[in-house]
Amino acid sequence: MKYGLQFRDVFAAWESILDGVWTTLLLSGVAMVGGLAIGVLCAAARVYGPTWLRTVVGTYVEVIRNTPLLVQLFLIFFGLPSFGLRLDGLTAAMIALVVNLGAYTTEIVRAGLEAVPKAQIEAGHSLGLSGLQVFRYIVIFPALKAMFPALASQFVLLMLATSIVSQISVQDLFHAASIVQSRTFRDFEVYTVIGVLYLGLAFAFRGLFAAIYRLAFVQR
Amino acid sequence: MIREFGLIDVMYLVGAARWTLVLTATAFAGASVIGLAIAIARILPLAPVRWLAAAYIHIVQGTPLLVWLFLIFFGLPLIGISVNPWLAAAVAFSVYGSAFLGEIWRGALVSIARTQWEAGASLGLSLGEQLRYVIIPQSVRVAIPPTVGFLVQLIKNTSLAAVIGLVELTREGQLTAAGTYKPFAVYITVACIYFLMCFPLTQWSRSLERKLDVAR
Repeated sequence: MKYGLQFRDVFAAWESILDGVWTTLLLSGVAMVGGLAIGVLCAAARVYGPTWLRTVVGTYVEVIRNTPLLVQLFLIFFGLPSFGLRLDGLTAAMIALVVNLGAYTTEIVRAGLEAVPKAQIEAGHSLGLSGLQVFRYIVIFPALKAMFPALASQFVLLMLATSIVSQISVQDLFHAASIVQSRTFRDFEVYTVIGVLYLGLAFAFRGLFAAIYRLAFVQR
Repeated sequence: MIREFGLIDVMYLVGAARWTLVLTATAFAGASVIGLAIAIARILPLAPVRWLAAAYIHIVQGTPLLVWLFLIFFGLPLIGISVNPWLAAAVAFSVYGSAFLGEIWRGALVSIARTQWEAGASLGLSLGEQLRYVIIPQSVRVAIPPTVGFLVQLIKNTSLAAVIGLVELTREGQLTAAGTYKPFAVYITVACIYFLMCFPLTQWSRSLERKLDVAR
């Protein structure tokens, strides 16, 4: 039997697919901003903080990076209600994504901070700059430049990983696909279209980050 | 019927972790074969082949693993191959892993100095022989730490196979949580088992990296 691909039914559902795109963008945006904030704070704690704080942050990073995002998501969405903390899907997804990305950005930001040569920091101190001034005028700019490519690719990976939230019925792009699939039975066509859309989003994000990099770091 | 979450359930979860490892091993084997081909294609002195390999990597790395899983699960039957979750997962993870391994190994291959190729050529080795006897043996050392690191990613990502109904650690966790109504205890246990599988590899990858740094 020969099967003919038919995309018409899939394209007819463009509205629910577009809704899914927005949710995916929203989740990615929240996770990137939140994850970056956590990452910067934790990296600062890990590099400059007291020993006990370093241990706490180190444990957070290792636990998150060595367990699957799907299990973290299930723990927050299905596990927390055992303690009376009931979250709706979207909130649980945002928390899981921020906590997850935070661990990865911590490592990236830390590596960026440590990439600044020690001698430059010592030179700043010997010129009489305070700790904050050294950070502001010597460390932060080269550190940002060093960590930017790794951050950008981690962000794109995260955007793709948001597809997992469909498993707790958050209505993102991937969830839209399963709705259309159950209505039209055009499974292969649906997932092809969705795959192309994700690919487009990934390219858009890469382009955006490359443009930011050029604006911020190349022209000077 | 609701039952307690007890030791027997933990044993079942540990037993299910075996299938996570089997799936990881299968995926790694498949990804290695395709990944090596992609890595070599990326450095061949033949532009169209390089572009094709680069496009492959871009496309696979630009789409979610979940999409690959579903595309293959629903797509293979269209060309007359009947699939079970195992076959679909093995193929999807091989495709997905090959793009990342291909990129890692390409990096290792190009890290070997140009002069090594030239030395091989001046000894009269063909291109294939240069790769086989000069370049690959040296790049293996560079490639091992990030490859072990990727293995951790692969173990974690096999949890997605639960979505197409393959009973590995995460799926077994879902089933246990549904049977016992103790989702928190169950998923914490599942997370611990993943951690016990992944953390030693993470540490190993790090110590390999340090050794490599010292050797240079």
